[in-house]
Amino acid sequence: MSDYARPNTPGSVMSYESKYDNWIGGKRVAPVKGQYFENTTPVTGQPFCQIARSTAEDIELALDAAHAAAPAWGKTSATDRANVLLAIADRMAANLDKLAVAETWDNGKPIRETLAADMPLAIDHFRYFAGVLRAQEGTLSQLNDDTVAYHFHEPLGVVGQIIPWNFPILMAVWKLAPALAGGNAIILKPAEQTPASIMYWIDLVGDLLPPGVLNIVNGFGLEAGKPLASSSRIAKIAFTGETTTGRLIMQYAAQNIIPVTLELGGKSPNIFFADVADANDDFYDKALEGFTMFALNQGEVCTCPSRALLQDSIYDSFLADAKVRTEAVKQGDPFDLSTMIGAQASNDQLEKILSYIDIGKQEGATVLTGGERTDLGGDLTGGYYIAPTIFEGHNKMRIFQEEIFGPVVSVTRFSDFDDALSQANDTLYGLGAGVWTRNGNTAYRMGRGIQAGRVWTNCYHDYAAGAAFGGYKGSGIGRETHAMMLDHYQQTKNLLVSYSPQKLGFF
Amino acid sequence: MTADQTVGIERVAVTDAAVEVLRRLTAIHGPLMFHQSGGCCDGSSPMCYPAGEFMTGQADVQLGVLEIGQTAPIEFWMSRKQFEYWSHTHLTVDVVPGRGSGFSVEAPEGVRFIIRSRLFSDDEAAGLVPVL
Repeated sequence: MSDYARPNTPGSVMSYESKYDNWIGGKRVAPVKGQYFENTTPVTGQPFCQIARSTAEDIELALDAAHAAAPAWGKTSATDRANVLLAIADRMAANLDKLAVAETWDNGKPIRETLAADMPLAIDHFRYFAGVLRAQEGTLSQLNDDTVAYHFHEPLGVVGQIIPWNFPILMAVWKLAPALAGGNAIILKPAEQTPASIMYWIDLVGDLLPPGVLNIVNGFGLEAGKPLASSSRIAKIAFTGETTTGRLIMQYAAQNIIPVTLELGGKSPNIFFADVADANDDFYDKALEGFTMFALNQGEVCTCPSRALLQDSIYDSFLADAKVRTEAVKQGDPFDLSTMIGAQASNDQLEKILSYIDIGKQEGATVLTGGERTDLGGDLTGGYYIAPTIFEGHNKMRIFQEEIFGPVVSVTRFSDFDDALSQANDTLYGLGAGVWTRNGNTAYRMGRGIQAGRVWTNCYHDYAAGAAFGGYKGSGIGRETHAMMLDHYQQTKNLLVSYSPQKLGFF
Repeated sequence: MTADQTVGIERVAVTDAAVEVLRRLTAIHGPLMFHQSGGCCDGSSPMCYPAGEFMTGQADVQLGVLEIGQTAPIEFWMSRKQFEYWSHTHLTVDVVPGRGSGFSVEAPEGVRFIIRSRLFSDDEAAGLVPVL
């Protein structure tokens, strides 16, 4: 028996319904064409519920509801809006284990992570944006004795958000919390690989929001995502995913002249300087954990530290220790609290990772550990499990250049600071990076030199709400998390006021 | 592609299983195209769209044209920068069961296109011609 019972089994803290409609105007609404698709759990590969297969007609219904709700929500006081966010957070906290079980079943990640990371972070995110909203002020500037420029924050109106499948609830909340705080109404399109947990979530918290302020429409990208992204009735589109869809979304946004924010992934370097091994102490232990962070969330993280750069003089010893640490990662039933790595989110993801392991071997990279699918026995045999994998190779190999989005780290060596920086920046992307050193000067200079939006320094995979997250280069446009996120969901209104009774004298 | 470039070594191929899906999708959506994605989530997947839906330009290269029988051939594109890291590998468009994502047209069919890669042999590498 696992520590937590699966949904819909005796002793489970939560149950999924057999079918989920869309959430539009504060209630469940069946898809106009009456179609549904089957949703599977990656834990076993078996289907467990039906999800609305929506089309442009459903997006229009959601847009109608959002446009009806947006004006009043936008004029709701900051206090009242913040209180709604706090109420959502409280409701989630009171149901944390239910949400965690729901998320593990839909996504495949271990219950340990959904309990300790996904849900607490999501809850904190609502509280953070409630806080920053309360503290947000406009500005005024006295341009001269008679003239004042006032700057007000105004909502954008109705926004579209398309979210990924790697942290289905947390990534939704990253986008929802600032958009709601900013006074916008939303149409959210979840990923079709993980559409269920967010519907369970809205059933829990839906009554706390005025009808129409948040609408959730499920379906396929082509059938539901495209009508949303290309709609002339949205004031902004936000997307997390990959580069080709990112470009397509920009293309649609260009036609409507609306802003986009895009988070398109990376190939994050994790750099270990020799002085990390100056002592076999807590810090060295922390650095080894930092290396092993590539396995967090099965490697399905846009900032997965999937390129490890080790300095020559410690290469062999550090890698030997890192191998031991990696092999200690326990793979098993995602509902066991001791399980550290669960299932990949979908079959196609599993296949893609295996195809990269294949090309890595062909390119001459060496598999130090892992490198294959794991069969956990019982009904988990049908699930999508891959052993944590360490490759040794060089930075020009495709496994060093493409985000595999699996528990696969590609390791190479560097000689000195300049070599490390050069290899770190030899990538199309610039989302995350890690720097490990006991030398503050090295850490600072490397951190400033790396062309990435987030450089974890002597830590990794910390996702604090108050730290800005986003990409350089091909990793996207804009930021998520941090108070600055409100700027991505608000317009600036300037009132330029003259208090002079005198004419200018031009005419 | 110009005539003299078609004599170069093929850079991209397609499996029989993928051809079958592509024929079916062509019947639904009309002529199709591929653009190879990069980045996270469904990155590294070949995205399939109605031809012309995705705007290609100077930032892209065309790796080849997939012939799938009676229906229109399918152009295969990739961003120029990404190609710099991929140019030494031969690509094959295959298909697996899956949920898909992005706006790729096969997702509702319960399948997902996937790229299989292999290194070019030395002989093949010598016969490659520059991409457009």
